[in-house]
Amino acid sequence: MLQIKPILAALKRHKAGTVLIALQIALTLAIVCNALFIIQQRTEHLSRPTGMTETNLLTVANRWVGADDKATPSLGKTDLEALRRMPGVVDATLTNSYPLRGGGWSTSVNTTPEAKKEMAHTTLYFTDDHALAAMGAKLVAGRNFRPSEIEWVDAKEFQTTPVVIVTKALADKLYPDGSALGKVLYHSGHTKPSTIIGIVERLQVPWTGTWASNFAENTILIPRLLTGNFGSYLVRTQPGQLERLTKAVPKLLIQTNRMRVIPEERGVRTFAQVREQAYKSDRGMAILMGVVCAVLLAITAAGIVGLTSFWVGQRRKQIGVRRALGATKHDILSYFLTENLLIGAGGVIVGAALAIGMNLWLVSHFEMERLSLLYVAAGVIALLLLGQGAVLAPAMKASRVPPVEATRSV
Amino acid sequence: MFAYYFQLGLRSLRRNPLLTALMVMAIGFGVAASMITYSVFRATSNNPIPQKSDQLYAVQIANWKAEDLDQGEPPPALTYTDAMAFMQAHKAKRQTALYPIAPSVIPADASRLPIEENSYAWYGDAFAMFDIPFLYGGPWTQAQDDARAAVVVIGKKLNDKLFNGKDSVGKTINLDGHDYRITGVIGEWDPQPLFFDPVNTGGFGDPIGLFIPFTRAIDLQMTTAGNNNCNETPGTGWDNWLHSECIWIEYWAELPTQADADAYKRWLTGYAAEQQRAGRFKWAPNVRLRNVTEWLDFQKVVPPESKISLLVSLGFLLICLVNTIGLLLAKFMRRSPEIGVRRALGASRREIYAQFLIEAGTVGLTGGVLGLLLTGLGVLGVGWVFDEQIARLATLDVSLIALTIVAAVLATLLAAFYPTWRAAQVQPAWQLKSN
Repeated sequence: MLQIKPILAALKRHKAGTVLIALQIALTLAIVCNALFIIQQRTEHLSRPTGMTETNLLTVANRWVGADDKATPSLGKTDLEALRRMPGVVDATLTNSYPLRGGGWSTSVNTTPEAKKEMAHTTLYFTDDHALAAMGAKLVAGRNFRPSEIEWVDAKEFQTTPVVIVTKALADKLYPDGSALGKVLYHSGHTKPSTIIGIVERLQVPWTGTWASNFAENTILIPRLLTGNFGSYLVRTQPGQLERLTKAVPKLLIQTNRMRVIPEERGVRTFAQVREQAYKSDRGMAILMGVVCAVLLAITAAGIVGLTSFWVGQRRKQIGVRRALGATKHDILSYFLTENLLIGAGGVIVGAALAIGMNLWLVSHFEMERLSLLYVAAGVIALLLLGQGAVLAPAMKASRVPPVEATRSV
Repeated sequence: MFAYYFQLGLRSLRRNPLLTALMVMAIGFGVAASMITYSVFRATSNNPIPQKSDQLYAVQIANWKAEDLDQGEPPPALTYTDAMAFMQAHKAKRQTALYPIAPSVIPADASRLPIEENSYAWYGDAFAMFDIPFLYGGPWTQAQDDARAAVVVIGKKLNDKLFNGKDSVGKTINLDGHDYRITGVIGEWDPQPLFFDPVNTGGFGDPIGLFIPFTRAIDLQMTTAGNNNCNETPGTGWDNWLHSECIWIEYWAELPTQADADAYKRWLTGYAAEQQRAGRFKWAPNVRLRNVTEWLDFQKVVPPESKISLLVSLGFLLICLVNTIGLLLAKFMRRSPEIGVRRALGASRREIYAQFLIEAGTVGLTGGVLGLLLTGLGVLGVGWVFDEQIARLATLDVSLIALTIVAAVLATLLAAFYPTWRAAQVQPAWQLKSN
């Protein structure tokens, strides 16, 4: 049924067109595979959960103006009390940073005081006993901080605290047998232990970059509020109150104390905005690559349609002769489909090599992962199907060439 | 002849509208994708101070042991100890240590809220080093640096806000409860990337609108608003931190000639060797002197997204060109009989070349116009993919418009060479016979 030999013989007379289609398929495969892979990586990256309940959460960046470090604790306390009293507010907390914020404090921790090598890299959130409720993080073992455990500390004076709450990811890293609750950890360079009193299911670090990806969920909550001028309030609202409070919270804060700056840009953000801004380039890259893939496939398909139509037009007479000699419509159709499949096969072989080569180059120049061969396989099948789909219309047209064409001179 | 062939080309565009539309779209999309991503790449890889980029050097010195360094490179910032030693040695024509600070401006009018402004603490030399234009007044003097004076230079935006744009030299403003006397107001100064401190800005950001003397900021114990990196715990309190091995200061030296740079590097190596002898460094001198372009390169200010998307778009353009070659081949060969007649009537191969290349050129031009429209739309949409601070730098200017059209026409002509050659090879006798 497959007439491979005559097809190859005929293709030899159309070297240029054959090579062009094969080359186009090869290059398209190389780019589409890598683009799809980038899309997958980026979407995986941006769909990582923070561990917080992200709805009904408001973030407010605050900076005291001209306030002495010793004065900020009472200012902060006043703010927090005012916020928690606001109608529509479920709870509020103060912290140095929060997931996806971008800047924060990172350090290494260990299970013994003397160990030289770091055991786990982690971020520290300096916050209070309202943090879990305000963030909407889920405590899976142990207990929350008690109000009596919360103190204010100067960032430059901070050493360690007797108790900490850690994420499950960090707990499992430090104590792989799952016995972290009640055990201790040490901040690098310190000999005083901190006891793990609680474990939260998940809480992401402030950074989204690749450099933070190997400790993305290693987080410690420290029962200390930092003095100093910077801080962020996290405000959890009742359902339906977020929009109103986005305006009301900064107003209330200014009323409480005018000597502060809440940045115009990115000062007051709902957590949905925080997420959108943190993953902007990931989402953008995914969209861009998606558009490129779609347009590229469309152009390649159109190119195949164009060239095959031309070939059909050129070979009307030969098709007529074949039909006159007894070839069925189906024979003609399958001729063109097979021809395209052969060219496509050549193209995807070269293309698969190109795709892998391009990925290796990207890996060595940018922080990218190795391309999974599944993508190449999927790309190969997609392009072969695309080729067959594109060639269908011209091939149908060819199969409708009447046998009488053989007798015409043009 | 050119006009006639051009007319023929336009007419031929209309003959196979589908094929033509395909080619024009392929060229348009390919060129537009390349141009949009190129506009971002051009903005991010821009040389922000071309007249001086090879005279300004960022200074680095390894004050940490090799295990704490990233691939043997000295840290991207200095300790207070080293920065002060370099300032005192005064070995360059001009020099400055600098770090970002975050003071708030308290307006005299009590009804107004405090204002936040992007601010830096540095030395008076910096203004001349970085060619910063002044609207009123000028920089503070070295004597004022030494006296740790409460002086300030503000940007135009802040001057407009506080003094309605009038000359404010000599007036005072209040930062975090302290009064500062204004010595100058700077004009438009918005170098992108922010070459003097990519470490803390990521390379792109709003213009800097307020400067105070480094020495003054240290006296007031202003901590850095940027990164502070320590390889060991600095101990508690300001003084311990100041004299620790924590790095948080950027340092720039102006060295007008290569000889100056070589001499400075020798001095720097000598300084590191001295620290080694004194027992502070337990390793051999490891110093770097990088000029502006080398520094931006080292700091990788061009985001990987920009490079990857440019590469993918160029690949996209390549595919569009391969596509165009195929379609042009089909289009031209379909007209073999016509070529045969022309050749038989005496047209030379040269004229066939001219006719078909011009025809391809018209396709390229049309593709370029479509590409220009798409580029315009794309540049507007750059903000969807890139950070706002980068997106605002990608603009459709005259050079990009010209480049779009030229690239489209040239690319199409390049693609047309093979099909045109095939067209010129058509044998008139054979074509005439078969008709």
